[in-house]
Amino acid sequence: MAQRAAQTRRETLIAGMASFAAAAIAPSLALADAAAVEAEIKKLYGDRKAEAGRIKLDVPQIAENGLVVPINVEVESPMTAADHVKSVHVFADGNPLPGIVSYKFTPESGRAAASARMRLAQTQNIICIAEMADGKLFTAKSEVKVTIGGCGG
Amino acid sequence: MVSRREFIQAGLAGSALLAGSGLGSIGRLAAQQRLSEAELLRFEPLGNVTLIHVTDLHAQLVPVYFREPSINLGVGEAKGLVPHITGKDFLAHYNIPAGSPMAYALTSEDFAALARNYGRMGGFDRIARVIKGIRAERGDRCLLLDGGDTWTNSWTSLQTKAADVVEAMNLLKPDAMTGHWEFTLGAERVKEITDSLPFPFLAQNVRESEFEDRVFEPQKMFERGGVKVAVIGQAYPYTGIANPRWMFPKWTFSLKDDDVQKEVDAARAAGAQLVVLLSHNGFDIDRKMAGRVKGIDVILTAHTHDALPEAVQVGTTLLVATGSHGKFVSRLDLDVDRSGVKGFRYRLIPIFSDAITPDAEMAALVKKVRAPFEADLGRVLGKTDGLLYRRGNFQGSLDDVFTDAMLQVRDAEIALSPGVRWGGSLLPGQDITFEDVTNACALTYPNCYRTSMKGSQIKAILEDIGDNIFNPDPYAQGGGDMVRLGGLTFTVDPYQTSGRRISDLRLARNGQALDAGRDYTVAGWASINQATEGPPIWDVVGTYLQQKKVITPRPLDAVKVVGAG
Repeated sequence: MAQRAAQTRRETLIAGMASFAAAAIAPSLALADAAAVEAEIKKLYGDRKAEAGRIKLDVPQIAENGLVVPINVEVESPMTAADHVKSVHVFADGNPLPGIVSYKFTPESGRAAASARMRLAQTQNIICIAEMADGKLFTAKSEVKVTIGGCGG
Repeated sequence: MVSRREFIQAGLAGSALLAGSGLGSIGRLAAQQRLSEAELLRFEPLGNVTLIHVTDLHAQLVPVYFREPSINLGVGEAKGLVPHITGKDFLAHYNIPAGSPMAYALTSEDFAALARNYGRMGGFDRIARVIKGIRAERGDRCLLLDGGDTWTNSWTSLQTKAADVVEAMNLLKPDAMTGHWEFTLGAERVKEITDSLPFPFLAQNVRESEFEDRVFEPQKMFERGGVKVAVIGQAYPYTGIANPRWMFPKWTFSLKDDDVQKEVDAARAAGAQLVVLLSHNGFDIDRKMAGRVKGIDVILTAHTHDALPEAVQVGTTLLVATGSHGKFVSRLDLDVDRSGVKGFRYRLIPIFSDAITPDAEMAALVKKVRAPFEADLGRVLGKTDGLLYRRGNFQGSLDDVFTDAMLQVRDAEIALSPGVRWGGSLLPGQDITFEDVTNACALTYPNCYRTSMKGSQIKAILEDIGDNIFNPDPYAQGGGDMVRLGGLTFTVDPYQTSGRRISDLRLARNGQALDAGRDYTVAGWASINQATEGPPIWDVVGTYLQQKKVITPRPLDAVKVVGAG
């Protein structure tokens, strides 16, 4: 789950706001982008088209802590031998590496639901793609804001 | 349903007497004589349930001056809608005569002159009087609900860890509350207080971060006037971002429509005929939530300090906005039967402290809890020539005092002061006391740091905070107003996208452009980081005032706002 230990933008900014800040170090790692996520999906599914729907992607709109952002994914499905969710992949388009987590399901899973925590280096999109038993693909996307916080009230 | 016209007639009966009497030219005595308590409290009762709402009192036990914003921009779907209408536009929208008591209470128009006529607003003893009056009239139909931001941000509450306010609130006998700044007392103290309260602290959206166990009760069912009323608590969902999370490290806050919907459904399943969301989301979030969660009858809004003289309807949901600092108490009468809400009547009751008789019991309690601190509170630090205020999207004249103080006393090139929406106003010619200063800065993380930041970091911070205020999606807004700056001028386009709002950053002293690669000495306060070092901000401001003696506010031209959206 955890991405590489680069200093994130959030950390940089937090350091900046603080009284005891040492000189902040700019992120040195190149970050992924939307094209990198598309390339990953293409590696998995070629040019097959994914449609919207079925996936309930539950992530906060603003992360309370960019280092541990909760993610819950659930895909609507009867989970029978003929009609079930085979896999769910989660990507992020602004982390050093685009891959967040991949899940495999079988009809025995009962529900295609999973939870995890991810680290996000900056404000970015979380992209989810689900493959069904019949080969159909579904996708969902949600932006998570990573902010320095403070000053509220 | 009461019509808008009827409302205006009922709500402004007192002020109608004053229409046409000119902008604050009638004199204080005349104003007080015309502001009768009976008129202020007049209300034709309706139905079988009365909701009484107080919120964002910010521990202001005694009456204050509080100028409403002249700039309160709405973005995205909220653009041009209340509460993002100010000044003359606000008066026109609600058909409120200029110079009237409600014009003084609700806008910034001619504030200093009207404040001299109409006096301070709020005070727990006046609030107690109003609440007791409503209870005497409505008996078991009443539910008193506190929207939070109640326990903190005065000197006495800081010194007593909120014991003073908690004691005073308990005397008001609320039926439930929720919270936000309360959490800055630290998890342990919050639990200590909430465990001892004679009423529930409701927060469906606060959980232990590890296993997502609930920290507080999510909702409570009441029976009032024969009606089953469910009250669901919604704490400020971004407390863990806006305030120091290290003070409540094991608690996580959320903003999830689905979770609220589950609570509403559970309430209905348990037989609730009236579902109330006691919310600290902030008005724009609540308006959006009202359109997405089905089955909420009333949202009692808070956090953004908006005071609206009418309830706002979104579908079948009513939104009430009660303002802040004790300036108002909301009364919402509802006619509810088996099938739901049949009608309502609402009044935002202005608490004019000179017109409303203090409740003796509460007055005695307030006097008692303040007594040990009176000498400190009354200490005069300086005087102001002009009006000092904070509230508004951008720097107010009181913020200039804070940033100037940091630049001078901490010998910094640039100063940052948080855009909190609390802090009273001071009239021209008024002494500035220690209480006035601490009313604008008493919080549990007051250290005034001094550090070095690159120009690029400063720009990034401004952009980040700008997006917290002006993101077009209310669910992505972090609350508060724009950070206040000393030593820097800039241009902001609120309607731009993230990272593109702030431009033309210049040093105020010489007009030079901020250098992205250069290090600047920066002072600031209210850092959310643990172990922040530096003197408390009230000492910094106090030292400055004692040196300066008289404050003469200068034109507020450091921030240039452009863009039309």
